[in-house]
Amino acid sequence: MEIRRIKAKTVTDTVKKLFMDCNYFIGKDIMSALENAKENESSPVGKSVLSQIIENDIIAAKEEVPLCQDTGMAILFVEYGDKVIIEDGNFDDAVNEGVRRAYTDGYLRKSVVSDPVFDRTNTNDNTPAIIHTKIVKGNQIKIIAGGKGFGSENMSAIKMLTPSYGIEGVKKFILDTVQIAGPNPCPPIVVGVGIGGTFERAAQLAKKATFRPIDIRNEDERYAKLENELLEEINKMGFGPAGLGGNTTALGVNVETSPTHIAGMPVAVNICCHAARHASAVI
Amino acid sequence: MTKKINLPITDNDIKNLKAGDNVLLTGSIITGRDAAHKRLFELIQNNKPLPVDITGELIYYVGPAPAKPGYAVGPAGPTSSYRMDKYAPSLLDLGLKGMIGKGARNRDVIDAIVRNRGVYLVAIGGAAALIAKSIKKEELLCYEDLGTEAIRRYTVEDFPCIVAIDSNGNNVYETEPLKYKKN
Repeated sequence: MEIRRIKAKTVTDTVKKLFMDCNYFIGKDIMSALENAKENESSPVGKSVLSQIIENDIIAAKEEVPLCQDTGMAILFVEYGDKVIIEDGNFDDAVNEGVRRAYTDGYLRKSVVSDPVFDRTNTNDNTPAIIHTKIVKGNQIKIIAGGKGFGSENMSAIKMLTPSYGIEGVKKFILDTVQIAGPNPCPPIVVGVGIGGTFERAAQLAKKATFRPIDIRNEDERYAKLENELLEEINKMGFGPAGLGGNTTALGVNVETSPTHIAGMPVAVNICCHAARHASAVI
Repeated sequence: MTKKINLPITDNDIKNLKAGDNVLLTGSIITGRDAAHKRLFELIQNNKPLPVDITGELIYYVGPAPAKPGYAVGPAGPTSSYRMDKYAPSLLDLGLKGMIGKGARNRDVIDAIVRNRGVYLVAIGGAAALIAKSIKKEELLCYEDLGTEAIRRYTVEDFPCIVAIDSNGNNVYETEPLKYKKN
């Protein structure tokens, strides 16, 4: 395969469009799940909340304004083909320039502070982005981008379970995390679960799981069954839309897994609000 | 039932609000979230005057997105209230009438609401574009350097919210989910 040269500007323009699009246009999977939930919600308040969320998402798409004011930290999962060269710049710089332009030109909120503890000064352009890059064979760059709000991010958790906990231990930790989150993460939520790998791999998988459309189940039928069971259990908790009571606490549960150590079974739960925003492109 | 309230809210209005009521607010509210609350709280602790008079006000926990040209405000939905739990009791004790946010509050805040005959209202998290339709005007009051976290005054018309904790301490987050809990 021949080396392919890509201009930094192409990366920047693509990233800019992805972040504007994902903040204005909710995915079809989420909209369809919201509509189904509205039909099946037994709480009148819950039904009304779901109607308002649907109305909100329609307004955002029509007027091309952010559907939520928390347009998130910019996160990208990148599969970077090993035959690609950025001919006039650096990949991460080009990505951050795209984020900067999306959040500035697209009227998105700048929500990033430069230092977590002491300064907490806004960087005013929503950079730096969180970029997860995997080098793959090929001459293309595949990007899945999403803006992640922190109302739900703050409700996420990770635990280093050990093998004897088994599937019941995994389920208990996931359900406990959702129970503790309660009404805070803007239900109905999307639950991303990462199981296996190491401490950081589990967390990364959990985030990646929230970027998968909720109408696609895990390819391994054992984990697909787990996803369905967890969704059913979460919707028995009663929190409902906006946490005001009802049977729609979650719209979907996505599980991603990875090989792990003989001594370990890490489980990470990344909670996402109903504004589960992601968009993808191939360069 | 839906109750229309013209602001500033009166003690009688608050007395008549019950947890679970739908409310449409018309008039003016102030905004503030994490960073602004931290500053106000530090001033209170040091017995210094606040840069904005909070007496009789409702404060909306919001950090809006920028307004597109032609819009009065950008999308402006509520942010999670629990992060302001550390600060809310002091503000209520100083005369703040209530808060608008989303999600549960801790016992200290509920006690301060009852003690001061205040109210906690919630708007729908993630319905920012829809909520912004009821905000007609914004004016910067202070802390411009905080950007989206600055304290602003919003002029609202039929701003939709729900009474989450009323002046007697009744709390929808405690009562409503239990009605739908199945395990």
